[in-house]
Amino acid sequence: MDHLLTEQQLDIKSAIREFAEKEIAPSVVERDEKSQFPAEIVRKLGELGFMGVNTPEQYGGAGLDCVSYAIVIEELSRIDPSVGVICSVNNSLICYPLQKFGSDFQHKKYLRPLAEGKLLGAFCLTEPGAGSDASALTTTAIKDGGEYVLTGEKAFITNGLMSDTYIIMARTDKTSKTKGISAFIVDADSKGFRRGVNEKKMGIRSSDCCMIILEECRVPAENLLGNEGDGFKVAMTALDSGRIGIAAQAIGLSQGALEAAVKYSKQREQFGQQIAEFQAIQFKLADMQVMTEAARLLNYSAARKKDAGQRFTVEASMAKLLASDIVMKVAMEAVQIHGGNGFLKDFPVERMLRDAKVTEIYEGTSEIQRTIIARQLLTE
Amino acid sequence: MNIYLLLKAVADSEATIRPTTDGKAVNLDGITWVLNPFDEFAVEEALKMRDAAGSGEVVAVSYGGEEVPKVLRNALAMGVDRGIHVKGAATFDALATARALANAVKGQSFDLILCGKSAIDLDNHGVGVMVAELLDLPSVSVVVKIEQKAGKLLCEREVEGGLVVVETPMPCVVCAQKGLNEPRYASLKGIMAAKKKPIDEVEGNAGESQVEVIEIQPKPQRQAGQILGQGVDAIPALIQKLREEAKVL
Repeated sequence: MDHLLTEQQLDIKSAIREFAEKEIAPSVVERDEKSQFPAEIVRKLGELGFMGVNTPEQYGGAGLDCVSYAIVIEELSRIDPSVGVICSVNNSLICYPLQKFGSDFQHKKYLRPLAEGKLLGAFCLTEPGAGSDASALTTTAIKDGGEYVLTGEKAFITNGLMSDTYIIMARTDKTSKTKGISAFIVDADSKGFRRGVNEKKMGIRSSDCCMIILEECRVPAENLLGNEGDGFKVAMTALDSGRIGIAAQAIGLSQGALEAAVKYSKQREQFGQQIAEFQAIQFKLADMQVMTEAARLLNYSAARKKDAGQRFTVEASMAKLLASDIVMKVAMEAVQIHGGNGFLKDFPVERMLRDAKVTEIYEGTSEIQRTIIARQLLTE
Repeated sequence: MNIYLLLKAVADSEATIRPTTDGKAVNLDGITWVLNPFDEFAVEEALKMRDAAGSGEVVAVSYGGEEVPKVLRNALAMGVDRGIHVKGAATFDALATARALANAVKGQSFDLILCGKSAIDLDNHGVGVMVAELLDLPSVSVVVKIEQKAGKLLCEREVEGGLVVVETPMPCVVCAQKGLNEPRYASLKGIMAAKKKPIDEVEGNAGESQVEVIEIQPKPQRQAGQILGQGVDAIPALIQKLREEAKVL
């Protein structure tokens, strides 16, 4: 199925698929087992332009459409969703808000090297006490001459250990909840900036995740992203685009699990025939295919709205909600089709099921997505 | 430095190859076409040589039907400057393919023609050296290293148990073997730039084919293995089987 993709989108799909199969697939098992960051792979992705897919060429990116971006994240995640999320965070949560809200200085100093893959970025919104209720964040930023002084803790930071550049949301005004938040660009080598330890995760173990601790971390005022009070808007803008990335990650993983299940069901024989001959298995495979395709189409639809310059918040939420829901079902069924073998680390579906779960949690839980969708329905 | 590349679109190595119902051709339905892997080494080498020379162009030439533009675009995305699609039906006859390609490049100005040492589909190992003969050029095949030296090329070619170093004047034809280099991936910028690079179409002149396909047979199914027993006790039975059935002892 080519989803009415353009010739160029199909060329990108085959190029990134070739890269993923040759460069990423061989180390998936070892990196998962050892929780090892794919530094060399990320470096190569940067050289080839995949760390700034949507960023305009004038800022060092590839300047491509959002459907192409979704294709890239899908194809990476079909092989390894850890690589998918590393790439998605840099593209959606870092380059996109920097492009939209950044000053000329910030475009030159940060966006260009981030889009070119010479720097890696991480997005710091969540705190130990502010998850789904993100605007309850308590990290403070106090202006002191030509600097802001940031103090607080950020939790669950993807790319946290490996990044050079951090976009950090902090409170500049305690009297206003969302309007009191500002966004800052913080260099990893800033004084008072410290990383926690790598979290021991259930899945996407090759992607790193840690706390970021800010102890009177001094940030030059020129690193304020947007204006004071724009922070929540910056974060929500980033997350809108991020959700297309996470939906693509879930869809790619779902595709990978489906392909593994098809392959296994044609090899495994029981009762004297391939298990693929049994209707019980065929119906599972058919449902897995339908779910994956439905989520893919919904995500391309969100991406096309973004490309058309229209609001896509609800579309991205719907795509992320459906994709993370179906990848759980598809990965679960893929394990079931593998029977006992699916429970072993010898087969990839065991990892895939562990990798799937987080898509229902990060960049807005499924419950938050439903809230966004319902709110829109009821206020129209 | 002007370099012409002879490239071939081949079925993806994971494709299932089925004969057509008359058994005289391959059923091409649903085949994914890719650039012949040996040709990728030729592309990479051409790009490196052009860039080292600092001037000149790399032109990719491919003979065949509608499978060709995609792989030419692939080469353009890697950095090749332009493409020439020599139109005609892909054939089992290496000489016919070589004639079509030689006719297309005859009269062009080039210092070197590069191609893969063989295509992974038909495995003829023929087209590169045949093009050289048709154009009356020297050729070196199965090459794993190319060095330029005073207007000549020093090529290392693989032979059984070792390497032979060959010196050849230019222009010449060199057929690439695995190991020559590490082919680059197309970058996103390369893929976008490929859209703007020209692919000229010319009618292929392959002449009369001398090859007739009598029959194409699918590979026989592999026989299941046999477990003769376990441990040392199984060895006599294994030796007997190897001697009497497999006849390898």
